[in-house]
Amino acid sequence: MIYFNNVSKVYKDAVALDDVTVAITAGEFVSIVGHSGAGKTTLTKMILADENPSDGTVFFESTNVHKLKSKELTKLRRRIGVVFQDFKLLPNKTAYENIAFAMEAVGKSDEEIASDVPHVLELVDLSHRMHHFPTELSGGEQQRLAIARAIINQPELIIADEPTGNLDPINTHEIVQILKKINDLGATVILATHNRGVIDAIGKRVITMENGKIIRDSKHHT
Amino acid sequence: MTEFKRIIKAGFINFRRGGLVSWAAVLVVTITLSVIILIILLQAVLYFSLNSVKDKVDVTIYFIPDAPSEKIMLLKSSLEKLPEVANVSYTSAEVALANFRARHGNDYPTIAALDEIGNNPLGAFLNVKAKEVSQYESIASFMKGDNPLLQSIIYKINYNQNKLVIDRLSGIISGAQELGFLVTLILMIISVIITFNTIRLTIFIAKEEIGVMRLVGASKIHVRGPFMVEGAVYGIIATFITLILFTPATAWLGRNMTDFLGLNMYDYYISNLFQIFAIILLSGILLGVISSFLAVRKYLNK
Repeated sequence: MIYFNNVSKVYKDAVALDDVTVAITAGEFVSIVGHSGAGKTTLTKMILADENPSDGTVFFESTNVHKLKSKELTKLRRRIGVVFQDFKLLPNKTAYENIAFAMEAVGKSDEEIASDVPHVLELVDLSHRMHHFPTELSGGEQQRLAIARAIINQPELIIADEPTGNLDPINTHEIVQILKKINDLGATVILATHNRGVIDAIGKRVITMENGKIIRDSKHHT
Repeated sequence: MTEFKRIIKAGFINFRRGGLVSWAAVLVVTITLSVIILIILLQAVLYFSLNSVKDKVDVTIYFIPDAPSEKIMLLKSSLEKLPEVANVSYTSAEVALANFRARHGNDYPTIAALDEIGNNPLGAFLNVKAKEVSQYESIASFMKGDNPLLQSIIYKINYNQNKLVIDRLSGIISGAQELGFLVTLILMIISVIITFNTIRLTIFIAKEEIGVMRLVGASKIHVRGPFMVEGAVYGIIATFITLILFTPATAWLGRNMTDFLGLNMYDYYISNLFQIFAIILLSGILLGVISSFLAVRKYLNK
């Protein structure tokens, strides 16, 4: 589904990715682990074409994502759900509106929005917070809202970049369980984290990164 | 259509939730629109003053006392055919005498001298007004030039006495118009830059939000649209605030400054309210929408 072909990314004097080649197949749950600055976030941003590689190519199915025009890129992003460490919710929109916005973006009707948003909020246990703004929610609630937004359009791929980075162990466990459930339902999940405990709890494929390089891929060791 | 409705609704909601930032933008647009109205009013005063000065300028052709009126009328009609001439008025010798007597009613020696002469020493005259001050010269040269038949009945033309005044006035009028245009242009550019930068700041605050919207798959118009609607809302609200503010301001000017300005500002403002409303509403909306469009563009690249 996703293929990184000798991808490098160099910022002025720092190497974020160093000749990375990796393939992820549809339906996989892949955890990318590494210290801060190992290149995890850059790797996930490459899939969204939020960063351009200095060298190499990134494919989503058979499409080179960095060759896409603005409109085509928008369409590609609609097939991907993203969860960030800092949630990246829209601060001037309520929990309901944040999710509705993602549905509007893909052209869903008002009726679909009215029926699906309460349902997904119930799924992440936020029904009672529907009309609250992000600043009125706790960290765990904000992250659950971000996940609800990421899954509302039933994307083929979920990218979660340090989704538990700002959360306590109980909230972390909840988020991991939600991601596993999404994967069980058929979506491919890429989880970037520096938390070993999270990865152990998942027990699926783990890619370890250091200084922009993949130093271990559990797929090739099992 | 649904998309359009959503964009309009989102624009209004953004404005309401923007709170102080939205009102700061409205304030700046209000200032810009006030500058535009001020320029409109100043132009009105300028043109009114210039027109009243222009009205005072004319060329008078005096005829010898016994000039036949048919020849004078012939000259009058040929003058009226000139494209430069606005109007020609004829005053007969009798009317000229009556006017003279009326003007000097209290001046006993003059009236006594007039009575002593017995007959009418005054000739008829034609008063010629040109459409533009600069055109008097060509009218004067027409009268002096190619009509030798008429030269015998013309006593004098006062163009040469007025020439210096007319020339200087021409210069002042075109200078004032150029200066007015320049000042208008500079003020407009300054106002537009200030408004654009204020709206850019309000959008800078939402910079990250724009990036997130794009990442969740929103199209450019879905992201940009609400900001443009918000910009239009700034313009519409600012238009009404400006119009309301200028009502008492022009009323005060009308009450206290009419003699100084030569024009009742309040009357001018009220009688041109619809045009002024249309101009500033259009300017306000365009300013808001274009500024938002340009400011969002910077963050829409990805």
